[in-house]
Amino acid sequence: MENSQNQKQYWKENIRLLFILLSIWFLVSFGAGILWVEELNAIRLGGFKLGFWFAQQGSIYVFVILIFIYVKLMNKLDKKYGYDD
Amino acid sequence: MDVRIWTYLLVGITFALYIGIAIWSRAGSTKDFYVAGGGVSPLANGMATAADWMSAASFISMAGVISFSGYDGSVYLMGWTGGYVLLALLLAPYLRKFGKFTVPDFIGDRYYSNTARTVAILCALIVSFTYVAGQMRGVGIVFSRFLEVEIETGVVIGMIVVLFYAVLGGMKGITYTQVAQYCILIFAFMVPVIFLSIQATGSPIPQIGMGSSGSDGVYLLDKLDGLSRELGFSEYTSGSKSTLDVFFITAALMVGTAGLPHVIVRFFTVPKVKDARKSAGYALLFIAILYTTAPAISVFSRINLIETVSEKPYKSMPEWFSNWEKTGLLSFDDKNKDGKIQYLADVKKNELNVDKDIMVLANPEIASLPNWVIALVAAGGLAAALSTAAGLLLVISTSVAHDFVKKQLKPNISEKGELLTARISAIFAVVVAGYFGINPPGFVAATVALAFGLAAASFFPAIFLGIFYKKMNKQGAISGMVIGILLMLFYMMKFKLGTFDEQIPDQSEWWFGISPEGFGTVAMIVNFIVSIVICRFTQEPPKEVQNLVENIRVPSGVKEAHVH
Repeated sequence: MENSQNQKQYWKENIRLLFILLSIWFLVSFGAGILWVEELNAIRLGGFKLGFWFAQQGSIYVFVILIFIYVKLMNKLDKKYGYDD
Repeated sequence: MDVRIWTYLLVGITFALYIGIAIWSRAGSTKDFYVAGGGVSPLANGMATAADWMSAASFISMAGVISFSGYDGSVYLMGWTGGYVLLALLLAPYLRKFGKFTVPDFIGDRYYSNTARTVAILCALIVSFTYVAGQMRGVGIVFSRFLEVEIETGVVIGMIVVLFYAVLGGMKGITYTQVAQYCILIFAFMVPVIFLSIQATGSPIPQIGMGSSGSDGVYLLDKLDGLSRELGFSEYTSGSKSTLDVFFITAALMVGTAGLPHVIVRFFTVPKVKDARKSAGYALLFIAILYTTAPAISVFSRINLIETVSEKPYKSMPEWFSNWEKTGLLSFDDKNKDGKIQYLADVKKNELNVDKDIMVLANPEIASLPNWVIALVAAGGLAAALSTAAGLLLVISTSVAHDFVKKQLKPNISEKGELLTARISAIFAVVVAGYFGINPPGFVAATVALAFGLAAASFFPAIFLGIFYKKMNKQGAISGMVIGILLMLFYMMKFKLGTFDEQIPDQSEWWFGISPEGFGTVAMIVNFIVSIVICRFTQEPPKEVQNLVENIRVPSGVKEAHVH
C-alpha cells in the first residue's frame, strides 16, 4: 500500500504545480492581454502600451518560460518520488 | 539572376532535399509508419512539431491579418501559442505514457468501447480533412504566384511530393522532412523582416524594433495609431471586437490547438514521458520565434503601405506596386479622379484594395531586397504548407489503417498488411485532399479556422477527463463528444454557412454575441457539463480502466509505443 500512498502524494503535488502554472498562464493572456488590457495600456513599455505588449508579445514569452519551468520542476518531482528512469 | 530562375532553383533544391530525406528514412514497420519508431529526440520532435503546426496560413496570411486588424489579431497570437501550455501540462506527458499510436487509440481504450473509438475516428477525420484541403490550396497558390503556373498544376506538383515522402516514409519520413522544412521556413520568414526592422528603426531584432521609434523619433506604434485615426480606421492598438468575443475566440483556439490530433500524435514519437514534456517546450520555442516576429511585420508593413500610397499620385508608385497589381492582390480605382490614391476606412471613398497576403509576400520587394530573398519566401511558404499537409495526411491514414481496419474490421491483419493499408489510405487521402485543393468547395476557407472549434468541442474534454477524472465513464465521454461536435457543427452551419436560413444570419443574432470562431469554447463547456452529468448517473468504469488511469499518471516504466 505504501506504493499507492507514494503515488497519491506525487499526483497531489503534480496537481498543485499545474494549478500554479496555469494560473500564471491565465493571468498573462486572458488577464493582462484581454480583460485588463485597457487599464494596462495606460502604462508604457518603451514604444509599447503594456496591455498591447502582453497580447502580442509578452504572453508568448511567458508561455515558453512556463513550459520550461514545468519541465524542470517535474523532473525534480519525478526524482523525489522515484519515478525517474 | 532573375527572380523566376532563383525561385525554380530554390524550390527545386528544397524539394530534392525532402525526397532525399524520404528515401533515407523509409518506414520498415507500422511502428515506423505511425510514430517514427518512437525514437525521435525531443529537439528534432520540437522542430517537426513546429513545422507541422505552422501552416501556409501562419506563414503567408497571419501577419497580414494582424496588420489589418491590429489588437484584434492578438487572438491568433495568444490562441495558437497558449494552446501548447495546455498540451504540455495537461495532455502530452500522459498520452506518451499511455504509449499507443493515435488519439482514437486512447479514447477507445480509456473508455473501453469501440463506439467511443469510432466517434473519435470520425471527429479526427472531420477535423483533419477541413484543415488539409486548405493546405493543398495554399500549395497551389504559392506555386501560381511565384512560378506562374496554374493553381491546379501547383496542387498536383505538391500532391506528388507529399505523396512521395508521406507514403514512403510515414511518420518517420515526415518527421525528418519537417525538421528540414522548419529550418527553411523560419529562415525565409526572418531574413526579410530583419532587413525591414533595420530600415524602419535601426534595430536588427524585429520584436524590439516593433516598439522602437523611426528616424523622426516617433514610436512606430504611436505613429500607426495616429495614421489609423486619420484615415478612419480603428486605432491599431485597441481594436474593435468585443472583449467577450476576444476572450472566447482565444480560448477556442488555445483549447483547439491542444486537441488537434496531428499535433498530439507528434508526442507519441519521443522515447520517454520526460522527452514529451521537453519537446513541447522546444516546439513552442520554435513556434514563438515566428509568432513574436509576425506582429512586428504587421506594424512595419502597414506603416510602409500607408506612407507609400496615401494621398500619393498613382503615377509615382514604385515598381512593386504594379507587379502586385498584375496578380490582382492590389487594385486601385480612382473614384474621385484626382490621380491620387485615397486609402481610407470608408468603403465608399476608399480607392485601394489590398489582399492581406501581400504583407508577407511583397515584403522583400518593398524593402528592395535581392531576388534570392523573394525566391526564399516562396520556398518557405511551400515548406510551411507541405509540412502541415503531410502531418494531417498521416493522421487520416493512421485513423483508417490502424484505428478502423486493424482495431475493428480485421484485428488479425498482418503487420505487412497493415503497413500496406496505411500506405494505400495515405494515397487515398492525398488524392481527396488534392481534389479539394483544385475544386475548393465554398466552405473550405470558412471552415479551416473552425477546425479548432471542432477539436476543442470534441477531443479536449474527453482526453482531459480521461486523465484527470478517474471515474469518467464511456457513457459520459461519448455523449459529451457527440453533443459537443454536433453543437459546434450546427452553429458553424447556421452562422458561417447560412445552411438553415435564406442568407447568413447577421452578427446581432449570434448567441451571447459570440462569433462562430469563438463558439468552440461554448461547445467545449457544454461537452464538459454533459460528460460529467451523464457520468454521475451511469455505471462507474471497470477496475482495470481505473488502474490504467493510475498508471498513466506516473511517468516511470514507460513502454515503447507498442505493436499489438
